[in-house]
Amino acid sequence: MKKYTFTEKKDTRSGFGAGMHELGQQNPNVVALCADLVGSLKLEPFIKENPDRFIQCGISEANMIGLSAGLTIGGKIPFATTFANFATGRVYDQIRQSVAYSNKNVKICASHAGLTLGEDGATHQILEDLGMMKMLPGMTVINPCDYNQTKAATIAIADYEGPVYLRFGRPVIPVFTDADQKFEIGKAWMVNEGTDVSIFATGHMVWEAIQAGEMLEAEGINAEIINIHTIKPLDEEAILKSVEKTGCVVSAEEHNRIGGLGDSIAQVLVKHKLAPQEYVAVDDSFGESGTPAQLLEKYGLTAKHIVEAAKRAIARK
Amino acid sequence: MTAEDIFNDPRQISGELRLKVLGLYHKANAGHIGCSLSCIDLMVAVLFLQKSADDTFILSKGHAAAALYACLNTLGEITDEELDTFYLDGTTLPAHPAPRQYKGIPFATGSLGHGLPIATGIAHAAKVSGEDTYSFALLSDGETNEGTTWEAAHYAIQNQLDNLIMIIDKNGLQGFGFTDQVLGETASVEKWNAIGFETIEIDGHDVASISMAIDELKTHKNGLPKAIIANTVKGKGVSYMENKLEWHYLPMNKDQYEQATLEVKERYFNELTNA
Repeated sequence: MKKYTFTEKKDTRSGFGAGMHELGQQNPNVVALCADLVGSLKLEPFIKENPDRFIQCGISEANMIGLSAGLTIGGKIPFATTFANFATGRVYDQIRQSVAYSNKNVKICASHAGLTLGEDGATHQILEDLGMMKMLPGMTVINPCDYNQTKAATIAIADYEGPVYLRFGRPVIPVFTDADQKFEIGKAWMVNEGTDVSIFATGHMVWEAIQAGEMLEAEGINAEIINIHTIKPLDEEAILKSVEKTGCVVSAEEHNRIGGLGDSIAQVLVKHKLAPQEYVAVDDSFGESGTPAQLLEKYGLTAKHIVEAAKRAIARK
Repeated sequence: MTAEDIFNDPRQISGELRLKVLGLYHKANAGHIGCSLSCIDLMVAVLFLQKSADDTFILSKGHAAAALYACLNTLGEITDEELDTFYLDGTTLPAHPAPRQYKGIPFATGSLGHGLPIATGIAHAAKVSGEDTYSFALLSDGETNEGTTWEAAHYAIQNQLDNLIMIIDKNGLQGFGFTDQVLGETASVEKWNAIGFETIEIDGHDVASISMAIDELKTHKNGLPKAIIANTVKGKGVSYMENKLEWHYLPMNKDQYEQATLEVKERYFNELTNA
């Protein structure tokens, strides 16, 4: 089993900020919009070098989405940024009508997703965004796992023509993927090959899955771990290939168990290859205030919970 | 018909477009007639006299789709065969404008309050790119109930988008009531002036005056986005529809259709009826 180590911890939103900084230098069509959360989105380096390509929308997220749609006329590539809660549920009709249905090249970039924004509590945490976004026809949905992958994904989506939802977060987590990685939209990343259970994880849960893999190995269980950074389009081929080998599944996501990655995988299994599946996800609940670590523990989203789910899945084979 | 012809005597085209709108809704046995007739003269002024190839026009009040389709048909973008499919299975011309089909319909509209944000984004993009173009948006007065309209308005003011020309079709009626009784006066000259739009009030059925007003506003490169509050009559051109709430939704029966077309011909082409 491949060992993953890290020398530093960083937040994925800073990976986004670094990606935007690079895009600012590479692609003159990229414009950044923000609904008065510049610091939270780590946009300062982009703004400093490209003040003419930064659009301050004020606290009016719905207008930001409409503006972004309009900005695409003539070839601009708008990156609309705010917290995940305000980037999705608050403005769903704007995204649906003006971006998705109208098929406009808008990148909706959402920070502070999931439980791990912490103490701000359930008003600012969102656990439904992946579901809302993946249900929109034509929307690409991406949830990278660490700083480097978020940076690479940010750069990659500028070259992709079409609406994208890019989700990232606030807490500092281990940086364990390559700094010079090439991000391929829709292509699952094999983290560790194994034979006993397939663990499909996304976002912050990938690092938890890696730790779970080591804990399982200590107990003689050989887990395959795959990073599903792109929820849509889903890499069905990679999922099926893995399940053919292992015969059971754990899905792990910082999201409601309804409507997220787990359900997307379950659809694939139902259609092509029946196999027991265990969800590691929030059990249809809002979040609450707490530290990220406290919340992940309380809502069942740690390596330990993935280990337990893996054992349950194996027992059901 | 040249632009000069239309400017000098717009009755011909206004009448023709009205007949097209009536024909479309009658064949489809569908409504949204009144709200199409209230804005069609505004669309003549913008689409036939003012809009250059590089300008954009967003029909934010997408429920007036038939008026837009009629205009785009006369302008040659929508064929007669396509127009015949209005409301039919598989059509490119549904009740509310669908995107991805025509250059003249770049966005889905009809869910209210989306048009001004989009048009504002287009205006901003043009400014950033240094293009000397105009972004037109046609809103219903009811749409000024929507918060997004005001979000976009403040954005346009803050960013000095004087290339944004918003036209409000102020027919005084919205979905289920008179606008002043539903949510008060959200489309008043005073309000739009007060927040910082350069605002004018015009007769929304006087094509030449509308066009001249836009000509004048275009010369005001003063950093102020433009608002044209166009006083209109819902159902304009058909006496039994005028200022009647129900003609927001109702389809016409055969007799009503015949009366409507006769009236339009009489009013716009000076054709005497046999009645």
